[in-house]
Parts: sequence; C-alpha cells; structure tokens
Amino acid sequence: MLGRFPALAGVDLDIDSGEILLLAGPNGAGKTTLLRLCAGLLSLRAGTAEVLGVDLAVDRKRVRRSVALLGHETFCYDDLTVTENLRFAARAAGRSRSDADAALERVGLTRMANVTHGKLSEGQRRRLALANAIARQPRLLLLDEPHAGLDEGGRAVLDEIVRTAPAAGCTVLLASHELQLARQLATREVRIIAGQIHEPERAEVLA
Amino acid sequence: MNYLRDVWLVASKDLRIERRSRVALQQIVPFGGIVVVLFAFALNSDRTLLPPAAPGLFWVAILLAALLAIGRSFNVEESNRARDGLRLSGLDGGSIFLGKAAAVAVELFLLEVVVGVAVVVLYDVTPRSALVLLCAAVAATIGLAATGTVYGVLAGGLRARETLVPLLVLPAVTPVMLGATRAFQAALDGSPGDAWPWVQLLIAFAVLVVAAGTVAFGPLLEEA
Repeated sequence: MLGRFPALAGVDLDIDSGEILLLAGPNGAGKTTLLRLCAGLLSLRAGTAEVLGVDLAVDRKRVRRSVALLGHETFCYDDLTVTENLRFAARAAGRSRSDADAALERVGLTRMANVTHGKLSEGQRRRLALANAIARQPRLLLLDEPHAGLDEGGRAVLDEIVRTAPAAGCTVLLASHELQLARQLATREVRIIAGQIHEPERAEVLA
Repeated sequence: MNYLRDVWLVASKDLRIERRSRVALQQIVPFGGIVVVLFAFALNSDRTLLPPAAPGLFWVAILLAALLAIGRSFNVEESNRARDGLRLSGLDGGSIFLGKAAAVAVELFLLEVVVGVAVVVLYDVTPRSALVLLCAAVAATIGLAATGTVYGVLAGGLRARETLVPLLVLPAVTPVMLGATRAFQAALDGSPGDAWPWVQLLIAFAVLVVAAGTVAFGPLLEEA
C-alpha cells in the first residue's frame, strides 16, 4: 500500500524458468514494488505469490536464499572495502570467498578491491552491487534500473551477466526505463501501469 | 556451527566498521571520559563523596556511552539500505541479533576498561574483589548490549530513532543499572558476599534479554 492506495492491484504474472523478462512502465507504476515483493522484502496484503515454487506468504526466508536484488541502493557498508562488502554478502548467503572473488573479477572491480565503498564513484558502486548479487549465485536475479549510473564498460559487463544467466539456471526479472538497452536482453516484455500488468503483443513491443 | 559462524560474521563486520570509522574511539570513548571527569570536578570539593559515588557515576557514564554505541550500530544499517541487504542475506534473525549485540558488548567492555581506569585515578577508588567486579561487569554489559540491540532494531526504520532509542532503552535497563551499581558498591566496600545476589540478578536479566532478543529480533527486523 502507498498511503491509502494499493501499490499493486490485479497483478497476474507467470515467469518461466530461464526467462529474461522486461518489466516496463512509467514512474510509480509499481515496478520496484513488484521486484521487492519477489525478493521477499515486502509482504502481501492480499492475493498469492509464488517465487521459485515457494509461497511468499509461507516462507519468505527460503525465497530470499535463492534470489538476488540489484536495487536503487547498493546494500553495502560505506566503511568496508569492496572485498569486505562482497565477502560479507557472499558468506552470509552461504557462498565461499572464492565465489566473492570471482564475482569481483567478473564485474571488473579487482583494482578497487581495497577501496572502501564510501570512496567509490556511482558507477563503481553499481558494479559492486552487481557483484554482490551474482556472488550469491541466485536462481532469480531481480534488476531494478540496472543500467542507471553505469558507463559503457559497466553496461557491457551487466549485459553479459544477464545474457548468460539463463544458461546458469537463473531467471531474470528486469525493470527498466532504458527500453532500447533492456529490449536487447529481454526474451519477453510486460508493461505495468498503475499497478496492473499489461502484456503487449510481440509486434507492439518491437514497434 | 553454522549459526556461530553467522554470529561471528555479523559481529566481525560491525567491529571492522567501528575500527575503520573510529567513531567509538573518537566519540564514544571521549564522551565516557568527559562524563567521568566532569563528575570528578563537580564533586571534588568533597573528596569523601567521590569513592561511594564512583560505582553509580561509572555506570551512568557507561549507559550514556552505550546509547551512542547502540545508535551507531543501527545507523550503519540505514546507509545504502544495508538493512535490506541483511534481510536478503538469508542470515537468521537470531544470529544477526547475537552478532550485533556481541559487537556492542565488545565496544562497551573496552570503554569500561578506559572509564574504569579513569575512575580509579580520579575518584581515589581502590579496586577490590576483582572476580565480583568482573562478573558484574560482564553480565551488566551483556544485558545492556542485548537490550539496546532489541530496541535499536525496533526503532531502526524510524526517522525519530535517535530520540526513541534512549526513551525505550533507559527504562528497560533500570534493573541493570541498579544491579551493577549495587554489586560494584558491595565489591568496593570489601563485602563481596553482598554483591553476589546483585550479580545473579544481572545474569538472570542478561539470559532473559538474550533469549528474548534471539527469538524476537527476526520479526522486529521485518516489521520495523
């Protein structure tokens, strides 16, 4: 709920395993709310939602162990270094240090490994947040405006991670305003308007 | 084993943040020191008053500094929405609670050593019954840290958290302050036998709050 108004109403959406689904829509349409709901950060007031076959109302914790969210914020600690932030997130998710180090290398932040989060540029912070997400080796990757703040190199890294995710058994739900970039990655697109899902015809998407 | 590993993971993260940011060193320890020094100056005209007042003044200084440490422990979770990161991490609420409370407790122990030395020097107090003092300090510190951590998470998501935490914590830790002061008084008076009932009260309080916090922290983290 946003004040007296429901943030999402009448959302009916199935996502197949291995899909890269683009969630498009205007500001305030409910994209972020839907992603946070899928991540298990919000609870349902009405209706049902299953993520990775688990009912969110029954076991949000189990869902959280299998998803990763790249949101507007990095979820990192300003006074920890890149490596420390990454290792903390990976180990908290039951992953190893080597998983964290591999993620760091994948996003191209190795040379910033010993710099604290507070001293990183916006783009570097986004890369670290992306590394945090993939270090968890999620089965569902939730990306909220993932291209925002990234330079060309960062966008290339992001695109490679998203494109290769299905082969690693990971489904991707991607909310973006940068439709040209996002459509190059997505295998399907839906629109969310005023909290409701509208599934456009393929021809309309391409137009 | 995994549970303990998670507790250590959270505690070491918080302690590393404190070590690097130096907030504890530059704000909390000086604050505790200033409180002790100010009381020493205020009561200095009557030197006979300082030693009997020392236990109470020591714990007042620790309590006020503890409020800063608790506030700091949850402020770091609000930046960059790290709190959501903790929720998403998959860590059990109980292990997060124990880790955060342990980190606050370690900071308070260090503070107690510094403030304790200041009290001995400035208040002309002779430490006696070291075992009683140690047991009372450990139990009281755990009780303070655990209580603060429970209320810290409760107020964590609110804008008025910096005002709310002291309002919630101060009444709740009254038994700790009373028990710790009385135990220290008895120990310093050279009658440790009178201190043990107070130490038992402190231990009971600590066990109760730690148990309640371990169960309640997860839901509180979700709802706050």
